[in-house]
Amino acid sequence: MTRVLLIEDDPAVRRGVVLGLSRNGHETEAVGTGEDGLDALAAFKPDLVLLDLMLPGMSGLDVCQRIRETSQVPIVILSARGDDIDVVVGLEAGADDYVVKPAGAAVIDARIRAVLRRVAPAQADTATGAGPTRAGDLEIDRDALIVRKHGHELPLAPSELKLLLFLSAAPERTFSRQQLLEDIWEHSYYGDARLVDACVMRLRAKVEEDPRSPVYVQTVRGFGYRFGPLPA
Amino acid sequence: MRLAPRRGPRSPGGLRTPRGLRPRLVVAFVLVAAFSALITAALTFRQARDAILDRTQNSAVHDLRLQVDSLAPNLPADPTDTDLRTFARQLDRASGSRGWHTAVSRDGGPLIGTAADVSGALRDATKSGDATFYERVEHADGPRLLIGMPVGYGDGSTRDTGKGDAGKVGEGKGNRGKGGIGKEPEKPSGLVAYAVLSLDGERADISALITAAWAGAVPALALAVVPALFAARRVLRPVRQLRTAAEKITSGARDTRLDVVGKDELAALTGTFNTMAAALERDDAELRRMEANARRFAADVSHELRTPLAAMAAVTDALDEDARSGTLPPDTADAVLLISDETRKLTGMVEDLMEISRFDAGAAVLHLDDMSLRTVVQKTLHLRGWREPDEVVTELPEGDPRIRVDARRIDVVLANLIGNALRHGAAPVTVRATVTSEALVIDVADNGPGIPDDVLPHVFDRFYKADAARVRSEGSGLGLAIARENVRLHHGTLVAANLPGGGAVFTLTVPRTFRQEDQS
Repeated sequence: MTRVLLIEDDPAVRRGVVLGLSRNGHETEAVGTGEDGLDALAAFKPDLVLLDLMLPGMSGLDVCQRIRETSQVPIVILSARGDDIDVVVGLEAGADDYVVKPAGAAVIDARIRAVLRRVAPAQADTATGAGPTRAGDLEIDRDALIVRKHGHELPLAPSELKLLLFLSAAPERTFSRQQLLEDIWEHSYYGDARLVDACVMRLRAKVEEDPRSPVYVQTVRGFGYRFGPLPA
Repeated sequence: MRLAPRRGPRSPGGLRTPRGLRPRLVVAFVLVAAFSALITAALTFRQARDAILDRTQNSAVHDLRLQVDSLAPNLPADPTDTDLRTFARQLDRASGSRGWHTAVSRDGGPLIGTAADVSGALRDATKSGDATFYERVEHADGPRLLIGMPVGYGDGSTRDTGKGDAGKVGEGKGNRGKGGIGKEPEKPSGLVAYAVLSLDGERADISALITAAWAGAVPALALAVVPALFAARRVLRPVRQLRTAAEKITSGARDTRLDVVGKDELAALTGTFNTMAAALERDDAELRRMEANARRFAADVSHELRTPLAAMAAVTDALDEDARSGTLPPDTADAVLLISDETRKLTGMVEDLMEISRFDAGAAVLHLDDMSLRTVVQKTLHLRGWREPDEVVTELPEGDPRIRVDARRIDVVLANLIGNALRHGAAPVTVRATVTSEALVIDVADNGPGIPDDVLPHVFDRFYKADAARVRSEGSGLGLAIARENVRLHHGTLVAANLPGGGAVFTLTVPRTFRQEDQS
């Protein structure tokens, strides 16, 4: 039983999504404005937030940023248009994934479950029981799913944590964005690569000393991303 | 509109007619100048030559008459050949600067004297013995004037009576001229004096005339080129401006206008051109506005449809579940399934409409990555659940080359082409990819009946239905249009054709080296 907070202004969509999600075994609280959503966040303590970006009053983007100030609860954007620049901005503001409306309840459910899976499938077998590993200033504890930098725990959103764990499990190996989409987001091979790019950007902002010249999550132009190699 | 003459293929060898206006104008000017110079020269030459020759022969006839009249009285009444030879010799001596040779004939008898080659025609003409005749002949040594003059006895009062028409012996041929000078001899003697004069001096004068005519005509012809070029320039400048302006408009600069200079026909044409350009620009803007409106309308409609569809789509799974659970009355279950199926189709159509609107709005962005060609094709087949080799046969190049494409868009293209081939053609569909240093080429061919010729030009049109009887196909009617837009975004081409042995083939060509900002 997953507790989902739906922030969506259109009553029909709200009713439809609540109905569809409850059929899939989720407990859903639905609110119509961003302000109500922030209130419900404290009261309802959801496992996941489903957020429409086009909201009256406080925009979905503001809501996303406000949530991330205090919480790393998974956020899935419910977007009206997939090409919207708002989607990119929303992802950069800290959302973990997005779903384009209209979407069936099964699709939304699949996204919710993918985001909530604590570790990426590919690394599930390799990453247990090894204890914390160190990489530069980072200390990665795969069992506790905690990443520390200089001893302080980093507040990582679920997608960021999974990306870091996935990349650091195979240091210096390059993964294409399509591969990362399949393994971490459980999207199809042809999913939206902007998900990866936005997540990498957010992750760098948190783990790198200088996000402009990253050392942990490096870009391999035209191919994808890799962890390291770290400077000696 | 074509202002310049069409350039045809040049005929190899032989005379070529001038193609441009400028050479034509120059040639026309020179021809007119040459023609007028020729006519003027010819008339002048004729007049001058006739005047020279007439004067020469008149004075020669006059001189001869004087000599004959002064010497004739010395002849005996019945002169012997010796007398006549002496008479002729006396005439020769009296020739002065003319240097004629004379001879005398009695009653049409043989010539006595130094003159020879007197033609029969002249002798016949003078036989009647009452008029003086002359004749110009071309001789091997040059032109000559022959004079036949009857000799009269008496008191020497024989005199010319001026030019008359008596004694015409017929039309001359070629350069022979004949004429007669009538006179009234008091008493015919039967004697005719003939004189032969050389016309070399006169010929030299006439030659000088011809030379002078040429000397005047050639510079005149050369000078005619100058006004011709000037006129050509005056005419051609507006023509060239019109042409340049027409080309500009053709290439998209609809606001091109020309300055109207002067009040001639070309100025009027320029004015008409400006009016036409303005009309074109207005119509063009109107068409663009209408098309933009239509496209915006489609985008707005599909966008507006999304919200209710989002609510409906969220519950279709629940509807399906209940309809199949057997708890609903059968007809209600059917109705519910119908609604959820059609809702899904509607959702697909609206998504396609949104996608095409994005292309129309120029909002589609390319995200390029280095991909494995094999992986791209295999993933597309795998995601759609297409089986190899029953449904799709792939022929990929050895070594699995890497291609730089927007994988998601190429997937859309391939899925649309293969799906279309499976729907309208016949399995198996062949996907054949080749990669050169310049381009990636993918053929998608089916084994169906091919595309009818009248449909072929329209397969990429939006909502074009090949079979009018088919109310609705599985697709939205936008699949191939979207495929083509995606290929265009890659600066590539997508063309449809029929295979010689039957079956349709769609060929996708994407250049491998086009400039696009890398995604970091």
